[in-house]
Amino acid sequence: MTDHPDHSHLSDSELRVRALESLLVDKGLVDPAALDAIVDTYENKVGPRNGARVVARAWVDADFKQWLLRDGTAAIDSLGYTSTQGADIVVLENTAKVHNLTVCTLCSCYPWAVLGLPPAWYKSFPYRSRAVKDPRGVLLEFGQDIADDVEVRVWDSTAEVRYLVLPERPAGTADMTEDALAELVTRNSMIGTDRLGEA
Amino acid sequence: MSSEQNLPTAAELPSMPRDEDGPVFAEPWQAQAFAMTLSLHEQGHFTWPEWAERLSQVITAAQADGDPDRGDTYYLHWLKALETLVAEKGLLTGDDLIRRKDAWERATLATPHGQPIVLPSEG
Repeated sequence: MTDHPDHSHLSDSELRVRALESLLVDKGLVDPAALDAIVDTYENKVGPRNGARVVARAWVDADFKQWLLRDGTAAIDSLGYTSTQGADIVVLENTAKVHNLTVCTLCSCYPWAVLGLPPAWYKSFPYRSRAVKDPRGVLLEFGQDIADDVEVRVWDSTAEVRYLVLPERPAGTADMTEDALAELVTRNSMIGTDRLGEA
Repeated sequence: MSSEQNLPTAAELPSMPRDEDGPVFAEPWQAQAFAMTLSLHEQGHFTWPEWAERLSQVITAAQADGDPDRGDTYYLHWLKALETLVAEKGLLTGDDLIRRKDAWERATLATPHGQPIVLPSEG
């Protein structure tokens, strides 16, 4: 992409968005304040932090964990993180023997309610195509060398079902509080491209 | 939290953008397009599967046209999908969009640098 230091004009995309938004506002189909609230929520408030809190709760509360794995949508909803896209969230548990990796091969379906908006690489064709064909190769590029005796499972999201990986609780964290544990959880560990090391 | 986020193989992988925590929206218009879609969906103008299907159609067509599809063109596809879906749902027409875009372009050209661009009301 080319950088234009002179910002004296609006780009084609900016003009198209302004046209769309002003028409929709004129017709009463969208409310500018509601749009601002959505942007603020997804950019600043959700991030991957909601997902990290879900994971930390599952690590410290065995009953919650069982509920989460049985009915991810309801368990996550109970913490106040509700999907507005009507998609179910299925939670996948990583263990010593199973590593889960999530992708959306069609576009970029993603559990926004818990992870915010997806990173650029998640939306890219190379990731979308290679995660299925060569998951171990992709994981290696993310610095994760998965042992041969660990099964790698790849889950392809759809408009109806999104996946959230429940990473393994790192060793040496027995004394940590739920809040401190949440700080350890990375976005990528919940997509499945990262494994959490020792704390 | 991310003390061990070294990605030594990044240079070997020009095809897979792997930014760790870049901005979720590269430019404000992307955020506006995203928010309009969510808002229209929440008000029941289309279902989420309808939206996902339209978006994946646009992405597939762009790939067929040679888009390397590395994630940076994602919101261009998103915007195109939204424009076609709102027209298909009868919320507004393609002509409406073209006329309004022309009006914004004229307003932009008539606005001195540094001042907010305001659309004159249509007579």
